Amino acid sequence: MILPLAVRDLVLRFGQANVLNGLSFDLGGSGCTMIMGPNGSGKSLLLKLLHGLMTPSGGRIEWGGRAPRDVTARQALVFQKPVLLRRSVAANIDFVLRARGKDRDRRDALLEHVGLGHKASQPARLLSGGEAQRLALARALATDPEVLLLDEPTASLDPASVVAIEGIVADARARGVRVIFVTHDIGQARRMADDVLFLQRGRIAEHTPAAAFFHAPQSQAARDYLNGRIVV
Amino acid sequence: MGEAVTLALQLVLSGDPDLLEIVLLSLRVSLTATVLACLIGLPIGSLVAIGRFPGRNAVLIVMNALMGLPPVVVGLLVYLHLSRSGPLGFLGLLYTPTAMIIAQTLLIAPIVAALSRQVLEDLHAEYSEQFRSLCLTRVQAVEALLWDARYSLLTVGLAGFGRAVAEVGAVIIVGGNIDHLTRVMTTAIALETSKGDLALALALGIILLVIALGVNAAVQSVRMTATRQAYV
Repeated sequence: MILPLAVRDLVLRFGQANVLNGLSFDLGGSGCTMIMGPNGSGKSLLLKLLHGLMTPSGGRIEWGGRAPRDVTARQALVFQKPVLLRRSVAANIDFVLRARGKDRDRRDALLEHVGLGHKASQPARLLSGGEAQRLALARALATDPEVLLLDEPTASLDPASVVAIEGIVADARARGVRVIFVTHDIGQARRMADDVLFLQRGRIAEHTPAAAFFHAPQSQAARDYLNGRIVV
Repeated sequence: MGEAVTLALQLVLSGDPDLLEIVLLSLRVSLTATVLACLIGLPIGSLVAIGRFPGRNAVLIVMNALMGLPPVVVGLLVYLHLSRSGPLGFLGLLYTPTAMIIAQTLLIAPIVAALSRQVLEDLHAEYSEQFRSLCLTRVQAVEALLWDARYSLLTVGLAGFGRAVAEVGAVIIVGGNIDHLTRVMTTAIALETSKGDLALALALGIILLVIALGVNAAVQSVRMTATRQAYV
C-alpha cells in the first residue's frame, strides 16, 4: 500500500511567485478527498505534484514513506481534458493493458463497465466529451491503481455524463481505490466527499470532514465559496 | 512541339518496352531508397523529438540544413566512396542500381528525419504528460508516437519519395545513365533532351507527372479517411 499520504511544508514556486505555499496535510487509506477552491488556487498543480509529474520547490510528499515518482505507476491520473490516442476506443485500452503488462482479456469488461462496450471499434477522438472522459477513466482503471487522481473530470459535461462518471468513481472507491478529486462543483462534492481540502491562493484554508465543511465551514473563504460569493 | 506530344502519348499508350523498363527501374530505385530512408530517418527523428540532451539545438540545425543537400554533392560523395580507389570500391557497386539507391537514401534520409522530428515533437507535446502518468518507457512512447502519427508520417515518406524520384544529379553520377542497366526517368529525360529526342523525353515527363499525381492522390485519400476518423 502506498497510503497514507503525508505532505509537509509543500512549496511550488514559479519564478518569484509561490503558487503553493507551505501546504501540510495527511490523507488516510480510504475514501474520497475533494480538493476545492477558486481558479488559480493550485488544485491541479497539487494533483500533479502528488502524482510525481512535477517536482516541488520545497517541502516533501510521502506516499507510505516513498516519493511520488516511486509510486506513480500505482496511481492513475485522469486529466480535465482527456488525452486519447488516435486509434479506436478498444485500442486505447489495449495500449495501456499491454504497456503495463496487464491481462488484455479485461478490455471488454472495462469498456462495458464504463458503458462504452458498444463503441469499442469507433475512433476514440470522435467520442462526445462525456464518453471521452469515461474512456479516460476506463484507461485509468485498467492500471489497477491504488489511488485515483481526478482533475475536474466532469467539467463542462452534461448532467447524465456527470452521473455516469460519479457512478464509476463511486464503484472504484467501493472496491478500495483511494480517490482524490479536484472539483468546482459544490453539489458533486456534497455527493461524493468524505473530506474536503479547500485551497485559496496556494494555501490550505481548510481541511475538514465533508459534513463539517458543508455545515459549518471554518474559514471565511470557504463560507464565501459555499454561499456563491466570488472568492479569489 | 505538338508532334512531340503526340509521339509521347503514343509511346505511353503503346506500352513501349524500353520506356517501361526505365519507369520500373525508377520506381524500384526510388521506392527502395524511400523505405531505407524511413528506416533510418524515423528512429532518428523520434529520438530527437522526445530526447532532451546537450547539443540538441545543434543537432536540429544540422538536421534541417541537411534537408537542402544538393543531389550532385551527395552523388559526388557516394562516387568517391564507391569508385575503385575509394574505401568501398571493393564492393563493385558503382554504376549499379544499388549505388543509385544508396545515393538517394542518403539524400532523403535527412528529409525524413527532420520532417518526422517536427511531426513527432508536436504529437509528443500533446501526449507527454499522459505518457509520464502511465509510466511508459521511452521505447513504448516512441512506438505509440510513430503509430499515432502514421498518417502524417505517410506524407513525410511521400515528400522523400518525391525528392528521390525527381532528382537527377546524384543518380547520373553514381549510376552513369547506362542503357538497360541504370537509366531512370530523370537521367533519360536529360539524355534524350540533349539528343533532341523530345518525344521520349516528354513521354517520360508525362509518366513522372502521372506518378507524382497518383501517389499524391492516394496519400491524400488515405489522409482524408484518417481525418474523418480523427486519426490525424
